[in-house]
Order: sequence, then structure tokens, then C-alpha cells
Amino acid sequence: MKKEGMFKKALSMALAAAMTVSLAACGSAPAAQGGSGASAGAIKIGASGPLTGPAAVYGNAVKAAAEMAVEEINAKGGLQFALDFEDDTHDAEKAVTAYGVLKDWGMQVSLATVTSAPGAAVAPMYKDDHIFAITPSGSSLAIIYADPDNAANPYGNVFQMCFTDPNQGVASADYLKVHTELGTKIAVIYKNDDNYSSGIFAKFKSQADANGLEIVYEGTFDDSNASDFTVQLKKAQDAGADLLFLPIYYDPASLILTQANQMGYAPTVFGVDGMDGILTLEGFDTSLAEGVYLLTPFSADATDDLTKNFTANYQAKMSDIPNQFAADAYDCVYAIAQACEAAGVTADMSASEICDKLVGQFSSMTFNGLTGQNVTWSGSGEVSKSPKAVVIKNGVYVGVEG
Amino acid sequence: MGAEKKKIKLPVFLTKPRYRSRVASFSIILAGWLILEIMMHTGNLSSLFTSLLVPVCCYIVAAIGLNLNVGISGELNLGQACFMSVGAFTAVCLSGSMAGSVSSPLLRLILAMVAGAVAAAFFGLIIGIPVLKLEGDYLAIVTLAFGQIIKSLITNMYLGFDAAGFHFSFVDNKVELQPGGKMLLNGPMGATGTERISTFSAGVVLILISLIVVFHLMYSRSGRAIMAARDNRIAAESVGIEIFRTKMLAFIVSSCLAGAAGALYGLNYSTLVPAKFDFNTSILLLVYVVLGGLGNMTGTIIATVVLVLLPELLRSMQDYRMLIYAIVLILIMLLTNNETIRTWTMRITRKLRRQTNG
Amino acid sequence: MDFLSYLINGLGLGSVYAIIALGYTMVYGIAKMLNFAHGDVIMIGAYVAFFAISDMGLPLLPAILLSVAVCTVLGVLIERLAYKPLRSASALSVLITAIGVSYFLQNAAQLLWSSSTKVFPSVIANGGISSGGLTVSWLTLITIGVCILVMICLSLFINRTKTGRAMRACSEDKGASTLMGINVNRMISITFAIGSGLAAIASVLLCAAYPSVYPTLGAMPGIKAFTAAVFGGIGSIPGAFLGGLLLGVIEIFAKAYISTQLSDAIVFAVLILVLLIKPTGLLGKRIREKV
Repeated sequence: MKKEGMFKKALSMALAAAMTVSLAACGSAPAAQGGSGASAGAIKIGASGPLTGPAAVYGNAVKAAAEMAVEEINAKGGLQFALDFEDDTHDAEKAVTAYGVLKDWGMQVSLATVTSAPGAAVAPMYKDDHIFAITPSGSSLAIIYADPDNAANPYGNVFQMCFTDPNQGVASADYLKVHTELGTKIAVIYKNDDNYSSGIFAKFKSQADANGLEIVYEGTFDDSNASDFTVQLKKAQDAGADLLFLPIYYDPASLILTQANQMGYAPTVFGVDGMDGILTLEGFDTSLAEGVYLLTPFSADATDDLTKNFTANYQAKMSDIPNQFAADAYDCVYAIAQACEAAGVTADMSASEICDKLVGQFSSMTFNGLTGQNVTWSGSGEVSKSPKAVVIKNGVYVGVEG
Repeated sequence: MGAEKKKIKLPVFLTKPRYRSRVASFSIILAGWLILEIMMHTGNLSSLFTSLLVPVCCYIVAAIGLNLNVGISGELNLGQACFMSVGAFTAVCLSGSMAGSVSSPLLRLILAMVAGAVAAAFFGLIIGIPVLKLEGDYLAIVTLAFGQIIKSLITNMYLGFDAAGFHFSFVDNKVELQPGGKMLLNGPMGATGTERISTFSAGVVLILISLIVVFHLMYSRSGRAIMAARDNRIAAESVGIEIFRTKMLAFIVSSCLAGAAGALYGLNYSTLVPAKFDFNTSILLLVYVVLGGLGNMTGTIIATVVLVLLPELLRSMQDYRMLIYAIVLILIMLLTNNETIRTWTMRITRKLRRQTNG
Repeated sequence: MDFLSYLINGLGLGSVYAIIALGYTMVYGIAKMLNFAHGDVIMIGAYVAFFAISDMGLPLLPAILLSVAVCTVLGVLIERLAYKPLRSASALSVLITAIGVSYFLQNAAQLLWSSSTKVFPSVIANGGISSGGLTVSWLTLITIGVCILVMICLSLFINRTKTGRAMRACSEDKGASTLMGINVNRMISITFAIGSGLAAIASVLLCAAYPSVYPTLGAMPGIKAFTAAVFGGIGSIPGAFLGGLLLGVIEIFAKAYISTQLSDAIVFAVLILVLLIKPTGLLGKRIREKV
């Protein structure tokens, strides 16, 4: 014990000394690492998201798509951009640290964070430091409002590219009110330890009550039991549900579809934008997703040139099919570029100057991108674009009349 | 250097080992505080390091508490994060509901931290009763189990506050607030819109308090009893030490410190989710303690600082960051336990000491 | 009827936990360490089986064999490189090293195979046996069957073979075993090999039931199986079997009859109750301290 203590002490002293030196070094000279194409005269876009850990799939998708957009815009000449994407492991604490790294790097504009809770943690910092931010996929109200319970007191310089969670819940309940042919007895399975999922569910439920929809079963799961859904499915089946609403991401949804199929239970399945990506899961039997409805702003199978190019390039880069996270990120970068162009932003302006110009632009401009046409933003940062209802037929999305 | 030292008669707190470790801990903290404050005020501290100051303090305090558990009383606790969680959410709720009535942020921070510490100590008491009846790995798994249970309970709590007072519901969210009300706890979404009132100075003060408390306990009669019970339970019992009581004392102090640390942590971010304080966070704290050395508080402080900074300094490694972190962790464990290296460093330290002592 | 159907589902889930718990408990019994990297060996096994079936087009059995082979080698390798040098170190040092190995495997898997989920191909046909409104799927039957088979083979091996007896001797008393001419290091290697091989089998069963393969796949089953092992009395092989089955059944019942939100809390609350009544688990040995 004594010997061990001695040696450990020596080692920790050495490490501490090394740390102090590096701390001093970093303290005086802010981190010099740059992201892709960090050339002089480029506007610096910062971003953070989970690149490691359980949520890494979302962060990596956003990073790849944002890099693609920056490369494309830079290749055109004109305004140049540089991107630094830091890992926040889907943790608020790490997101604040990542924010520090980005600020040291000299970030002028930001994509905020990929996920909701970290986004809510850094949003007030963007306000305090007056840096413009638009999150591709952080859908919680707490990212744009300081008082999310009353949707009041917006930060004003933090914008969203994706729908807010309440929006999707309301849109889904309204859609089901009109389209009673999909089913009238509704069962819901949602992830109760997830911001996104429980956020959508809460609003869906209140709107469904208002619309007179009948919810016959509410089931939940969380991180520690996200694989076995037999109980929830059996309960839904016993309750006579003919419509299964799944406000969750596509990976657990794929498990639910598989297990429902094994049980021989076949309700109409209705999902939200998180369901997008289910057709492109590696190894997934897409016939299980046949007849699934979802509200999504983006589908990788769309035939317009913009989507086709994007999908092809993304596949070449990541050997994966892009999901809505990637599409939203791509749109974010293009929207920033469009706004900078229009407002005459240059790389030598301060973050604060750019922020004022971009807030003005974003509140007034119209944007056409992968995730929607004629997209506009309200002054509080909320996006206005219409979710498209699609149904999966023969393994592809087919638009249905909304 | 060596010759000079020989002539000066050192004061007692520098020569006796039991004082030396205390002096080392306090001086490291105070020196660190001074340097960092100066760097901050002269604008020399980068945003990255500024953002790390408060969480590092929180982890240090929680780890010191855990070291009391693991190192001093010899119980493997795999649920320390749940006490941080209790402290954090108590503090966040209290601070949120006092925002209108107590205007001074400092006073609110202090009140919230005290409340967090008391709440966590209370949970420590309740959890300690069954936990301390068990031994070894069974004790460890029960702490893990309580960690999961507390996390699960907090994930299902809804607490709102408006003009009419508090509204609480469990599992199903039935809280309906008047306009202008605030959800203090929103189930899995945790707390949002928290006012950030934690400061680095509060963190340093908390570390100092926790060191004073822990050292006082370690070198007191109770502390010796706790260590006696750790080293030989039966012998300790036979000389009349009430093992359960002494271990309980250590367990409660440990959870109380974790609660205060959690309170400081919770008030440092505008949002806090219950999932933050999961098994992984408990394990991380354990890593700080083991790496710093069991029962060695200075070591814990240094190990915590090093291991919190390490992934940040590895950011330039991009995708390989966490892989390298894992390799470093394994290598440190292998090297510190390697016989050859240990004898080698022993020889050097002995030689150095012989030189200094003449 | 509902009750029976939940019970059988619970046994199916429990069987997977049981096989993983066997690996935990064997390693604990002989090396007295909590191998927190065990769950991540399962993850590697799942990836190997996935690539064997999807990319190499192997049938199920050869894929399982390949996965078992890879995991066995991996288990032995981990033991040699990371745990063996720490044989004389404190139990906590080994625990932290195991956590390091766990981080390493997760991050290596993410770098090698990306973080996106892969869907395990369906390897067992849908349908099953029905009688009187109760349907038991083939998958559940096979899972329970494999678990029982593994349990029987393992008991025979431990009790009837020379190596098995040597392993038991090591777990009783390492010093005395060495004096009796048993190569303790070899026994520990064999234990890791068997435990990791079982992990590979568990991974295929796990993924057949829940077909998602991703880098952190092993974390949760790992913790659950660890709980199951303690439940039954860590170090005891029948204990791990019993603990795994019970844990699965309790988990499903808690979800079905109490609350899906609180099922986790309920499982752990039951565990605490059991340990308070039997402080060394259901079938754990009570070690009497000598003064």
C-alpha cells in the first residue's frame, strides 16, 4: 500500500506538471486546430454533436453533411467558410466545453448542437456572447426559448432548422383526426427518458384529447430496456389498437416492427421525422416497414435534383444513406451561406456584427432546401415548413395528400 | 538545495507525514485557485478551460466523498452519481422556486447547496441502512441498484411551480400550470431554464470544506475506528468498535459531499437531465479515486483534474480521441502496478530522499 | 393465458441473461474479478456474426462457430494483455482496467464499423407452437433450449472433467491448487475462453430476438447479466442460471403488470430485497469468517 502510494504520487505529480504546462500553453494560445478548409478569409462555422457514444450516429451524420455543404459552397468561389465540429457525446457538460473550444477557435457563426439537451445548455451562452446559431436537429423548445414552459422569452439569435417537438405532436394528432381510415384506436409507444420522444408525445396527447381521438394504450421504454417490446406490443394488441403511433427514432422502431411481425400483430404504424432512415438501415427487411406512415420533411428517395445529388455525394462520402439529420445540417449551412451573401457578411466581421445581420436576414428571408420549399423563420427562431405525410410502398416513400 | 534544507528546522506540519498530506492538498488547491483566478482576470484563460473549472470542482468533491467510502471505509460504491443527482435536482428546484423571493444569487447558491447536501445525506442514511448490512461485491451491486432506482424515480417525477404553489405528479405528467408557471422537474427532460449561478470560487470553497471535513474525520477517533473496521472487521468488533455506526457516518458524509457537488453542478448549467447521473458517471468517479490512490485525497484531486482534462486535450486526435483515452487508462493501470517500474521508482525516490536528508 | 405468455417471454429474455451471467460468474469464481468488458465481448460477437451472415453469406451454424472462435481468442487475448499483468494488484485496479478495456472495445468498434445501427438478419423463422390461444415462438423455444443445453454441458464439464475439477480447485484455493500441480494461469485462460465463447452464443441469441447491432450494444445486457449473476450468488454456476431466468421474468412481469416506466426500478428493488434476505445471493456460498 505504502509503496504503491509513493509511486502513484510520483506519477500523478509528473502528469500534473505536464497538464499545467499544456494548460498554460492552451491558455495563452487558443487551440489552433481548424476544421475542414480553415483558410484565411473564411467565415468560421462552429458546431458540436455526439461523435462518440450511444448517440454518435446523429452527430456523425450532421458532421458529414455539414462538411459536404461547406466544401460545395467553397468550391463555387464567393464567400468562403470553415467548419470546426467538436464532439459533445450528447452531454450538456461536454457541449459547454465544446462551446469553449469553438470560441477559442474564433467561431463567428454556429450550428449550435445536434441534440436537444446539450443545445438547451449552450443556447444561453450563444445569447450572452451574441453569436448567431441555427441548430439542424435540436428540436426541443428549450433551445430557442429561455422559458420553454410558456414558449416565451426567446433567445432571439438561436434558430431551428427542424420542427419543434410540440409542432410534430400537434401535426400528427391533426393528421389522424382527418384520416380516420388509418385507424381509430390508437396505441402509443414512446421513449420516456428521451427529450424528443416524450416531448412529441406530451403534445400529441393533449391535441389528441382536444381532437377527440381515442388513445387505448400508452407504453414506454428507456435506455435500459430498449430491446424487448413484446409486453408493450401485446398490451396494445389486447387493447384492440389498430393504429400504432411511434414518436421515436428509427432504430428502436425497427425492433418494434420486427417483434410485431413475429407476434403476427399488424396495426397501421404512424411515425414522425425520427422514423426517417428506417428504409436504409443496413440489413433491415424493408418489407416490415410496408404501409408505415410518417410525417417527414425529407426523404432520401425523392427524385428532385437537389436530393439526388445530395444523396449520391453523401453515400460516396459516408457509404451510408443520409437521414433527416444530415439533410437538416446541409440545409443549415446553405441557409447560413444564403443569409451571409444577402446581408453582405464578410469574414473579417466580428461574431456580434454577423449575428445582428443574420438575425435580420433569417427573420425575413425565404429558403429552399432539401427539407422544404419556401421555408421561413419567425423572429423567435422557430421554423415554418410543412411536414409531408408519406407512406412506405414497395420499399420507397410515396407522398400522400395531407 | 539538500544541504540548505538540513539546517532549517521545519515546522511540525511539514515533517510529520500525517500533516504533510493535508498541507499538500490544501496548498495544491489554493495555488491552483490563485493561478487560475489571476489567469482569468488577465484574460489569459481560454474559454475551454474556463468552462471546465466548475465541473472539475464538482467531480473533485464527489470523488473525495467516494474516496472516503472506497479508500477509508473499504466499501465499493458504484452509485455515487445518484447522490449527486439528488443534490443537483434538489438544488435546481429550490433555486428555481426561490428566484422571485431571494434576489441575491450567492445566497441562493449557498441555500441550494446546503439543501442539496442535506437531501443527499438523507438519502445516504436511507440507502446506507440496507447497503451496509452487506459485504464486498454484494454491497457494490446494491449501490449500483440504488443508483439505477434513483435515476429511474427522478426520470418519472414532474414538479411544477406557479402562483398557486407547487404541483407534483409521478409517472404520468398531470401537472398543469397557470401561465407564467415553471416546470422545475419535467420527467426525462429534467430541469430546463435554470439560472446559472455557480461560480469557480464557490467550487474551491466547497473543495476546501470537503477536505477539512474528510481530514477531520480521517484523523479523528471515528476515522481510526472506520479504518480499523476496514482492515479487520472482527478484531475491530472485538475491541468494541460499533462497525455499523462508524461505516454509516462515513457513508453519510460521502453522500452529503456528493450532494453538495451535485448542487453546484446542477446550477452551473441551464439544463440538466436525470440521465446525466447514470452508472457511467459513478464509474468515472471511481476511476478518479482508484487512479489517485485509495485514501489519498491529494491523489484524488490530481487524478480528477488529469482525467477530466485528458479527453479535452485529446480533441485534436479527432475520431481517435476516446480510443486513446481508453488506452491511456489501461496503460496507467498496468504501469502503476508493474513490479519492475515500481521498484525502479522506489529506488529513485529512496535515493532522492537520502540526498535531501543528507 | 396472458400470464403464461408473459412468463414464457420472460424465460426467453432470462435465458439470454443467464448465458451472459454464466460468463460473468465463471470469471468471478476463478479470477475474483468483475469483468466489466464482458458485455462488449458480446457486442464484438454480434458484429462478427452479422458480417458472417450478411456479408460472407455463411449459414447460421458456421456463423455462430466463427463468432465463438473470434470471441474466445479475444477473451484470452484481453486476459493475457490487460488482466494477467495485474494478477497481484488490488481488485479495484483490475476493475478499472476492465472498464478501460470496455471503453476501448466500444470505441474501436465505432471506428471500425461506424456508429450506425445494423440490423441483424432474421435467422429463425417466424411462427411457433400454438395451443389454446397461447403461441410460443420458435425463437423463444430455441433460446430457452440453448440455455438449458449450455447449462448442462457446463455442469458436466465443471464436475466431470479433469480440467473442470482443476478450475474448481483454483476457485477454492489458488495456492493449494498450485501446490497440487495445477497451472493456475492456464485455468484462468480457459475460464476466459469459455466465458467469451458463451458470450458469442449469447450475442447471436440476443440479436436474433432484438436485431440491432451497434457499438454500445453490450453495455445494458452486461449490467443486467452482472445483476443476474449477483442475484443467483456470484461465483455459482447454477446461481447464474437461476438469477438470469428470474431477472428476465421479473423484468417482463414488472412491465406487464406494474409500469413500463418503472420496470427497471422494480427489477433492482427486487434484487435489493433478495440480497437483504440472503446476503450472498440465492445460491451463493456463505463464507464463514474465522477469527
